[in-house]
Amino acid sequence: MKRERSILLVLRKLEGLPIALVLTTLYVAFAITAPNVFTGYRIYMSFLQTVPPMLVLALGLTFVITAGEIDLSFSAVVAFSGFIFAWFFKTFDASWAAWVGILLALASGALVGYINGLLVAKIGVPSIMATLAAQFFWSGLTVLLAGGLSWNIKGIQDDIIHAIFTGRLFGVVPAQAFWALGLAIFLWFVLNRHRFGEAIMFLGDNPNVARVVGIDVEKTKIQLFTMMGILAGFSALLLTIEMNTFWTTQGQGYLLLALAAVFIGGTSIAGGEGSIVGTFFGAYIIGSLEAGVVATGIGGYWTSLVSGLVMGASVVLNILLGEGRFLRLSKRIQSWGLVARSKSTGRSLSQDNHGS
Amino acid sequence: MLDARVENDALRMVRIEKYFGLVVALRHIDLNVGRNEIVGLIGDNGAGKSTLVKILSGVFPPTSGELYIVGQKVDFRSYNVKQAHTHGVETVYQDKSLGEKQDLWRNFFVGRQITYPLGFINVKKEKEIAEEIMHKTIGFRGEGITVDSKVSKLSGGERQGVAIGRAMHFEAELIVLDEPTVALSLKEVGKVLDFVHKIKQSGKACIYISHDIQDVYEIADRFVIMDRGEIVARILKQDISLKALGEFMLDYAHGRKDVETT
Repeated sequence: MKRERSILLVLRKLEGLPIALVLTTLYVAFAITAPNVFTGYRIYMSFLQTVPPMLVLALGLTFVITAGEIDLSFSAVVAFSGFIFAWFFKTFDASWAAWVGILLALASGALVGYINGLLVAKIGVPSIMATLAAQFFWSGLTVLLAGGLSWNIKGIQDDIIHAIFTGRLFGVVPAQAFWALGLAIFLWFVLNRHRFGEAIMFLGDNPNVARVVGIDVEKTKIQLFTMMGILAGFSALLLTIEMNTFWTTQGQGYLLLALAAVFIGGTSIAGGEGSIVGTFFGAYIIGSLEAGVVATGIGGYWTSLVSGLVMGASVVLNILLGEGRFLRLSKRIQSWGLVARSKSTGRSLSQDNHGS
Repeated sequence: MLDARVENDALRMVRIEKYFGLVVALRHIDLNVGRNEIVGLIGDNGAGKSTLVKILSGVFPPTSGELYIVGQKVDFRSYNVKQAHTHGVETVYQDKSLGEKQDLWRNFFVGRQITYPLGFINVKKEKEIAEEIMHKTIGFRGEGITVDSKVSKLSGGERQGVAIGRAMHFEAELIVLDEPTVALSLKEVGKVLDFVHKIKQSGKACIYISHDIQDVYEIADRFVIMDRGEIVARILKQDISLKALGEFMLDYAHGRKDVETT
């Protein structure tokens, strides 16, 4: 019994395990229902190309939600920073233009995030309102600046930048998948092993506690939103460079998807706890649903329904297997066993079990 | 005479005043706490105890007055929670000292982590020391609680124990306990009082704030009584019985002492 318990404990401690199971199940299900698509490597390579921009957003959002805040402006940043990059690259047609464009795109994301942070931390605007307003403002500004048009930046294909960010490793694997993976690993360490991540967790847990243990709450919030802005800027780069195009509504579709990826990954809306690993798998689940459902041949009309079903199931699974419940469940099963046995011996062993 | 005493005091407050706008929260507070003394700070709600604690622990500065910690004068312009920690003042609040959803080991070190360069936390070392504090300083034994447990799994008394243990580990000269036994069962209160005894044994000073006179009487060497922002009495334990102290407090609660205070 003791060994069983310790195996359960180890399993429970593996971060993001339930959600990894969901992803595996999903791929197995797709492989059965659409074998000619899901047994080849191409579909997975296409996921590795389409998911990373959304994954990068979801990683940043994991921090924001762990801190007990929310950011709804990141999808506008994907458009705004993408525009800044495209505009600069097109206007200054030089060899260094793409590099400076990248810096400017990241800086513009940082600026948007910094302003969000100021509004939230210094003025005390609830983050949902501050970032909702920002979402409208920055996407509106982007449309104005771009003149409502898409900008073609085909020239980027010949630039080394294109190869670095969105090239194909060994001719098949999209480079952005490695960028997103590397970022996920780095951000896991930041959240779980860095002073900043610890401050984020305590902040989301209870801001009063954070304050009395000496965390600078305002500064941490500003840093948090700035980081989210930079990541959204990076996401914009991955998207714009891959597509060779900037368009004014780019990123809009990511808003709900990224939020869903974070929540099905097991990060709690209540704040204080967040799972980068969960978000990573969550993003791939969310990003695989549409293509998967279409590939099974049941028709595009089903995508939304199945997506909803999978999201619901993932969240339920996460709660059922979450901290405490899992142990209680396994305890209860064991106590049933004991009750059954004690009935046969005539003594109540279950009482001993309750006492311990 | 005063100057000679400074060195022996863990804390000296001189003419501390605090106004919130026009409202007087603290008026003319002079308070000393000896190096190994436990002072019970008592008073009804609104007496100014919490305001006093917040000034002491660096949450906000007073409007005027001076504060000395182990003889060192505090500069209020740069005084904050972290500064209070470096001066040796640790505060344990009734319910906001620990992050509920966080692991115990994080709670021991949050705000002053042991880090590698670039601010990454040395988890192994933090856990080792947290383990040591739990077993040696606060004496948690085999209760199914490890450094990896979440705080939410702990009872109210154990939480106070963790907070007090943390304060002792960081070699606080003065530990301020703000209503540490509120909403605890009698058994848990007993545990907390044991922890406070450990503070005394370790040679450090403590301000114990409560409005449960019974607890305060058991633990404190001296009582300081506050009412409406002022210190109205200082009584040594040997000069008063629990019953007399209770009656004394009741008199204030009923406003019978108003004449003397105004």
